[in-house]
Amino acid sequence: MEPDFLVRLILLLPLAGAILNGVVTLFFPALREREGLIGAIGTTVVVLPFLFTLYLFLTFDGEAHVADFYTWMSAGDLSVSFAYRIDQLSLLMSLVVTGVGGLIHLYSIGYMHGDSGYARFFAYLNLFIFAMLNLVLGNNLLVLFLGWEGVGLCSYLLIGFWYTELKNSAAASKAFIMNRVGDFAFLMAMFLLYKALGSLDFDVLLADPAGNLSQSTLNWVVLLLFIGATGKSAQIPLFTWLPDAMAGPTPVSALIHAATMVTSGLYLLARLSPMVLSAPQVMVVIAVIGALTALMAATIAITQNDIKKVLAYSTVSQLGYMFMSAGVGAFFVAIFHVMTHAFFKGCLFLGSGSVIHGMHEVEHELEHQGHKKHLDPQDMRTMGGLKKYMPATRMTFLLSTLAIAGIPLFAGFFSKDEILFKAFEYGYNGNGYAWFVWIIGILTAFLTAVYMTRCYVLTFEGEARWPKADKIHPKESPWTMTTPLWVLGGLSVIGGFVGLPGVIAHGEWNWIHHWLAGEHGPVAEPLAVPHDPGFVAIEWGLIALGSAIALAGVGLAWRWYTTHGLAFDERLRGIFGGLYRLWQGKYFVDELYDATIVKPLIGSAERGLAPFDEQVVDGTVNGVGNLTRGLSTLLRPIQTGIVQSYAVAIVFGVVLVIALMLFL
Amino acid sequence: MEITLNWYLGLSAVLFTIGVLGVLLRRNVIVILMSVELMLNAVNLTLVAFSQAVGDVSGQVLVFFVMSVAAAEAAVGLAIVIAIFRNKLTVDVTQINLFKY
Repeated sequence: MEPDFLVRLILLLPLAGAILNGVVTLFFPALREREGLIGAIGTTVVVLPFLFTLYLFLTFDGEAHVADFYTWMSAGDLSVSFAYRIDQLSLLMSLVVTGVGGLIHLYSIGYMHGDSGYARFFAYLNLFIFAMLNLVLGNNLLVLFLGWEGVGLCSYLLIGFWYTELKNSAAASKAFIMNRVGDFAFLMAMFLLYKALGSLDFDVLLADPAGNLSQSTLNWVVLLLFIGATGKSAQIPLFTWLPDAMAGPTPVSALIHAATMVTSGLYLLARLSPMVLSAPQVMVVIAVIGALTALMAATIAITQNDIKKVLAYSTVSQLGYMFMSAGVGAFFVAIFHVMTHAFFKGCLFLGSGSVIHGMHEVEHELEHQGHKKHLDPQDMRTMGGLKKYMPATRMTFLLSTLAIAGIPLFAGFFSKDEILFKAFEYGYNGNGYAWFVWIIGILTAFLTAVYMTRCYVLTFEGEARWPKADKIHPKESPWTMTTPLWVLGGLSVIGGFVGLPGVIAHGEWNWIHHWLAGEHGPVAEPLAVPHDPGFVAIEWGLIALGSAIALAGVGLAWRWYTTHGLAFDERLRGIFGGLYRLWQGKYFVDELYDATIVKPLIGSAERGLAPFDEQVVDGTVNGVGNLTRGLSTLLRPIQTGIVQSYAVAIVFGVVLVIALMLFL
Repeated sequence: MEITLNWYLGLSAVLFTIGVLGVLLRRNVIVILMSVELMLNAVNLTLVAFSQAVGDVSGQVLVFFVMSVAAAEAAVGLAIVIAIFRNKLTVDVTQINLFKY
């Protein structure tokens, strides 16, 4: 099967699924009830592309293959076509997107059961997969941007899926608008690149960027692209949309806001890594912002009580790790962390969805029995002891928690440790800012272990804390929901072995390094600096340090929260006082943006734009109508209804014609 | 004074003009119909005058046509007048203005 045809199928199957599930059910409302069919179509059109991508992956021969389909636009000097690139990086990303995506589609069959917008949900999810595949497979910046915008759109549609509630629509708008700010920077970068190079194809962009572009242009381009990436991947300053995005259904949070869309920024940087490496000053910015975001989000996560908000801030923090990695030149490690993060964060989110699903049933039962107080199914303060009732969810959540904390041999350990090591090494090689990044990384790793263990313990261990807990309990979720949990949980355990660190067998067993950044690999990396033999001891020491921090974090948090439960939060509040309030208030960034940007904008719109719209625009439109009416009022008296007046007009006409004939 | 062709044409023109003015200015529908007849007869006069002057009898043949059409038209016109009168009870043309704005 030739690659071009497979690429066509990979891209078009999800689109076909979206059209079938979305457009057809729009015109035939009776079909919206056929949940089995819709779920089957929706999942198949993602699983099949996964199998095709797997085939392409296994038969990849090392040469990047470009499938050029047809010209999109050709204007003046610019000619852009729908061209797709199959190389190591795009294959790996596509595997993650379609693989994890397929599992989440399966999960959604169970999770969205009974929802009136079932068909719409799968249509949007399929559309998202289509856009995401365009993003990772595109061979030029415009197809990538098409995917970039497409995933932003689908994110909006899916966050605001239950649009009848205003808070969901507001969260969706917030996500879209913040993304747009980043997209503006992305567009500026594309304009600069086109002006300097005349093309947006990756082959042109990546061929000797330092030679073709001036240093200042390079710096601006990379900086603007990074700003675009902060919008999409929720870094400072454009990260506040991601916690709000938890208003959407949990499969959406898992797929879009953990595994795939938010990693687009990382993919962009990895794809353009030769360019980024030529702009070392911007790399400092990337690394520092990544580090600060990671730490900031981790401190917020310790104080949150909503299980999805903890995971949301955790995602922001882990994305910070990935940008830290990119900022020290270790792009392949960033992609490695993208992959492992998709596994464990996807599993965590799906697990939280399973918990919420169960607690939702408890809430219904309580309401049914006349209980007055409203139970929030997402609040960890009314959970506890769920391991008795949801064993599969509990085990997979535990495995993923250990993975994200960086416990040795789990997936997160290998990728996170590699990031920390690369930061250390880069600093060791003479780039001072990398030390700062490394310190922040270590601190954040400890915090990650703590807040994730807290999340696990408060949810699954201890005594049940919801009302009437002795009579009413949640049930384990159906197989459509637990199967993806087991698969992702298993991947969280073994997924890290593709990237064993360099100390082992001199980096021979670091498969992902060879795959992405090897001989003809697409991901660039800084030149390797040879170290003296004593460095090996430092490497092992760092591994030990990372493991110790992870084990300490998990162990301490386990003891604190199993012994004291929720009361430990009060203790933290006592110890940290004002800091704790700052963290719990999420550093008041939302309030800051509200006061400095949102309110002035809305105020100026109300005072300036709204009257303009009412008076000038509406006035013009109504004015045209009034003009027509005035003219017609002037001309209407001609219609007297008396035949004689018409006869007079005819006679005048005849006289005029005869006069003209006689005298001209 | 010889009565040449021009005299007949002049008479015909005057009769035609009187007919036109009658159609345009009179209020009574029946008088308007009579004026239309006057216009048609003026044309007949013209045709006969030319037929005599040119020596071609086709003019007089055409007169027959015109006369029969005029008769038919008068019949139809009067039928319409009667129908309108049954509805509006007037033969004043300024009162029959249903198409007024």
